[in-house]
Amino acid sequence: MRLINYWRWFVSVLLLAITPYALAHGESKFNLPKGVTPISQDIYNLHMTIFWICVGIGIIVFGVMIYTLIYHRKSRGVKPAQFHEHTLVEIIWAVIPFLILVAMAIPATMVLIRMNDTKEADINIKVTGYQWKWQYEYLDHGIDFFSNLSTPRDELENRSPTKGQWYLLEVDKPLVVPIHKKIRFLVTANDVVHSWWVPSLGIKRDAIPGFIYEAWARIEKPGTYRGQCAELCGVNHGFMPIVVKAVTQEEYNKWIAEQTQQKAATAQLATKTLTKDELMTLGKKVHDTNCAVCHKADGSGMPPAFPAITGSQIAIGPIAKHIDIVLNGKLGTAMQAFGKQLSDAEIAAVVTYQRNALGNSQGDMVNTQEIKVARVKETK
Amino acid sequence: MAEVIAHETEHHHYEPGHEKTLWAKIARWVLTTNHKDIGTLYLWLSFIMFFVAGGMALLIRTELFMPGARFISPEFFNQMTTMHGLIMVFGVVMPALTGLANWQIPLMIGAPDMALPRLNNWSFWLLPFAFLLLISTFFLEGPAPNFGWTFYAPLSTQYGPPSTDFMIFAIHLMGLSSIMGAINIIATIINMRAPGMSYMKMPVFAWSWFITAFLLLGIMPVLAGCVTMMLTDRHFGTSFFNAAGGGDPLLFQHLFWFFGHPEVYVLILPAFGIISEILPTFSRKKIFGYRFMVYAIIVIAILSYIVWAHHMFTTGIPLASELFFMYATMIISVPTGVKVFNWTATMFKGALSFETPMLFAIGFLFMFTFGGFSGLMLAIAPADVQYQDSYFVVAHFHYVLMSGSVYAIMAAIYYWLPKWCGYMYSERLGRWHFWLTTIGMNVTFFVMHFLGLAGMPRRIPDYPLQFEDFNQVATIGAFILGFSQLIFLYNVIKTIRGKNRVKATAEVWEGHHGLEWTVPSPAPYHTFSTPPKID
Repeated sequence: MRLINYWRWFVSVLLLAITPYALAHGESKFNLPKGVTPISQDIYNLHMTIFWICVGIGIIVFGVMIYTLIYHRKSRGVKPAQFHEHTLVEIIWAVIPFLILVAMAIPATMVLIRMNDTKEADINIKVTGYQWKWQYEYLDHGIDFFSNLSTPRDELENRSPTKGQWYLLEVDKPLVVPIHKKIRFLVTANDVVHSWWVPSLGIKRDAIPGFIYEAWARIEKPGTYRGQCAELCGVNHGFMPIVVKAVTQEEYNKWIAEQTQQKAATAQLATKTLTKDELMTLGKKVHDTNCAVCHKADGSGMPPAFPAITGSQIAIGPIAKHIDIVLNGKLGTAMQAFGKQLSDAEIAAVVTYQRNALGNSQGDMVNTQEIKVARVKETK
Repeated sequence: MAEVIAHETEHHHYEPGHEKTLWAKIARWVLTTNHKDIGTLYLWLSFIMFFVAGGMALLIRTELFMPGARFISPEFFNQMTTMHGLIMVFGVVMPALTGLANWQIPLMIGAPDMALPRLNNWSFWLLPFAFLLLISTFFLEGPAPNFGWTFYAPLSTQYGPPSTDFMIFAIHLMGLSSIMGAINIIATIINMRAPGMSYMKMPVFAWSWFITAFLLLGIMPVLAGCVTMMLTDRHFGTSFFNAAGGGDPLLFQHLFWFFGHPEVYVLILPAFGIISEILPTFSRKKIFGYRFMVYAIIVIAILSYIVWAHHMFTTGIPLASELFFMYATMIISVPTGVKVFNWTATMFKGALSFETPMLFAIGFLFMFTFGGFSGLMLAIAPADVQYQDSYFVVAHFHYVLMSGSVYAIMAAIYYWLPKWCGYMYSERLGRWHFWLTTIGMNVTFFVMHFLGLAGMPRRIPDYPLQFEDFNQVATIGAFILGFSQLIFLYNVIKTIRGKNRVKATAEVWEGHHGLEWTVPSPAPYHTFSTPPKID
């Protein structure tokens, strides 16, 4: 039974070896990040306090246990003692932990109160979780966009020999925010429960469909901060990252101006009639960003949950039905309504693309105007 | 302490083992009302399910060995995490503990059988059908349940696959079985104690199950209600959990965790009882602070009803609720701490020996306490914002469930197996099993703390590159952990078939205490037909 001793030694040495290393690296792979907001730093401090309290109690409790295991074994010829109760001891070892807990509860309460104080925000951003992407709406500027995973399909499906540094942590359009401003996030979801988690901001807020809950951050350092959805939300739960880019106020103002311009340009495009080539090019882009997560870039899908587009009754049947399902989704399945997410031009493009590529060759096409008509029909 | 009542066979009891036809052999097990038979059935069901759900865990770990690898699809991965959780909780730990209760409670309180033998038969025989229903979803068209064992709405309601209804009915059956089992245990302990066996003389194991049974009665109807609301939301046009119809997805989480939190104490309280039996035996010393051990269980059980929203700190519940649930959760560590201190005091100045049950009990003591520490960290609501739904939580609950409940169950099986089948198990194999399990357990789950703190969410089939090394370590550990359970299976079968050739005495252990060691080994089919005398 010497093995027990060796094993305990091994564990203690391992813990001792790891701890300083873990502490020396603020942003290490062993510990919580300190983060870049007052709240994330408060959380880090609470985390380390409770960690050291546990280490302290652990040394005492495990110390006594190990002492007993070594010195009070029958093989040493000891006679067992007879004592088996002591009321005062029981009271002492109930009261002391209680007092430690009270001491711990005080700072925890203060931090909790600060976390919940979302008043007097400078910027309000609505965050909406979708299966499987995030939408950001800048309520003060009228800007909104979707943020999709941008890791190339080749990397996801192991066709690429290497993976990029930010594999699964990169998006096509990051959330851009200014530093030193109080940003209030209004978090909700469109379909199922998601959770918006950025460790460096000290925020994890569940996104609950039909309800809006708040969180806030004041970022102290410019930089790019990454996170992932933290609540199981379906098959692509692991594939909807969050990227927050914190920039200076000037850069932020510039970015806002650019976005406003772009928005006007997109609005123009949305009503423009396109040629078939333009439709096909735009359609491929829309398909790869929005449809490929389930139906695959080549249209083969992931049956039975996500049917193939190649040769499907929708894609080679009447075009009106195809437009309808893209606009309105299909109730009771994962097929969502893209009507509110995509412009008329984009829907026209993606429908045209799916009917004339991905192994389908219907030869027909649909244009911006017809989508507009289809939308009007639906509202009637 | 007690006097053995011999000549039990004088009574005209049915004795098994002489069935001639196959039908009679089957009927013996299907129709049995004997607490020992039913206990055995529960334990074997649990053992089979342990390998089923363990196999799923290995598939999960294989997929997570490397980023990007597609050993199983993300869709199947979600089905695996869901079923692994559901089966481990409802199909492994709960039946194993109920099986132990069936075997041991009558033996430990000097009762001839459970109070309600036919109910007992039915509560067991519902379970195989419940699990057939649940597992059959793999063979139906469309995916099996794929929304995690917590089946949060609306992912499980509007967005759930058709097989969800099978899961709902399976849970109804399991709940029914648990409620009946709980009623039976309460009735047995209140009515069937031998004369002189007062409540405060009862073994801690019986006490722990007595209290657990009340917990089950309180929570199982809530779970049944919750899944019934899911069913009506899915098919009958109600909107309990759908905001579009005036409902609230958070209502689901409140209902689920109102069940779910006491449920984790259902899984651990009988384990506490087991450890409180084993440590005194191998320390050759009475349990320290018996009364406080019992009080602590009662306090934990009561507190467990008012801490459920600590699973929901990130949902946006109001500040006042967060504070209340944080304080309540922190307080629950006081009675739990009292238990750990009392166990340590029980061993202190004893004369310890390290047979396999004791090894597992000591493993429990160290690793459950370790899991308790991470639990204390999780109780701090602001810090929980970072831990919630990360691998830190996965590490935490595997330390308290695997090296907590499951270790206690394994300890109990090694401890009482000689009493059940009359032969000693192989101590050598038992030690191999313990050490390999303990190494596998820690290699698998210790590194998960780091993964969680560094930001890896749970339930993802693929992960960013910085998490690769620890995931590989965890996968290697999982395979050691998984395959070392075959040693356990082999050892148990070998013992039952008497291949070890070492007959067990009635007392089995040198430091034995309690009524179960006063009957011969193997325990006769009928014991205590005449109540034993208790001093």
